[in-house]
Amino acid sequence: MTQREISVIAGMMAVTFGVRYLLFGLGGRAELPPLVRRALRYVPVAVLTAIIVPMLLLPDGHWQLNWHNAYLAGGIATGVIAWRWRHLLGSIAGGMAVFLLWRWMF
Amino acid sequence: MIGDYNKATPRHTELWHGARDTVPMLVGAAPLGMIFGTLAVPSGLSPAAAMAMSLMVFAGSSQFIALSLFASGTGLAVIVLTTFVVNLRHALYSANLLPHVARLPQRWRLPLAFWLTDETFAIVQQRYAADDGSPFKHWYYLGSCLSMYLNWFFWTVTGVVAGRAVANIGGLGLEFAMAATFVAIVVPLLGSRPMLASALVAAGVALLARGLPYKLGLIAAAFAGIAAGVALEKGRTDDPA
Repeated sequence: MTQREISVIAGMMAVTFGVRYLLFGLGGRAELPPLVRRALRYVPVAVLTAIIVPMLLLPDGHWQLNWHNAYLAGGIATGVIAWRWRHLLGSIAGGMAVFLLWRWMF
Repeated sequence: MIGDYNKATPRHTELWHGARDTVPMLVGAAPLGMIFGTLAVPSGLSPAAAMAMSLMVFAGSSQFIALSLFASGTGLAVIVLTTFVVNLRHALYSANLLPHVARLPQRWRLPLAFWLTDETFAIVQQRYAADDGSPFKHWYYLGSCLSMYLNWFFWTVTGVVAGRAVANIGGLGLEFAMAATFVAIVVPLLGSRPMLASALVAAGVALLARGLPYKLGLIAAAFAGIAAGVALEKGRTDDPA
């Protein structure tokens, strides 16, 4: 492993374990303020959306707002299946199928 | 003998049930672990580093994001900061589980915290909610943790091996699998107006700020989305989390 790999893994481990262990370690001597608890509920949606949307709309770093964009088509298919059936693996598989079909067609 | 038997069996039953009830989550995590392992080497991570990351960080979505940041040559501080923001949700899980683990000794709390994931939280929370008064529910928690951990490592290794064995695996569209996974996680969460607003604001800021260096646009978008959600639910006092 390179020095960069070691420091990246060590840094990621430190913050991830820190977040997971902080409250367990204190064992009830401190708890999260209600505002922080509320804010944390939005973290997954906000972070993941911020990652996905540029990936789907600008897959190669340029705007691709058209029907030839396989990322967009696959992403929409995944979203529709996830909304309708709430099945994680099914929506990933369906979205992948549409993505591959789109890339083959265009 | 009989006393030992009576003491040991419920522990092992809980351990086994925890692993057993986590099986659907193992199936869901398997392709993700495999995709992570497959994408690691093309992203510039050595096989050893990919496996070390799965063993030591053990946090799927942040491992994926770290891969994309690593590939684009992003600096250490930004990768660590982004990991921190993405994994902040675990603080919420630990806050919810705390009443059940607070009296366990540190030798329990430390590993149970290290292995706390979205999947294990979802499973273990249900077990703690059952009112059968079992004093060994932390063994159930441990069983869920161990099965997730071994599963994640196994599929990471499988992905690394597959990535090296299959030429041009990048052409199979695996990079889209990551986007599809995130879409499939997020969309079912968008059932309330604050959640929807949080996603829309995060998306808008991510697009507007995508030109910022070091993917700082991602962090700006995350905080803007969180602020939007909290602002919209203001006045509501329920705390279902």
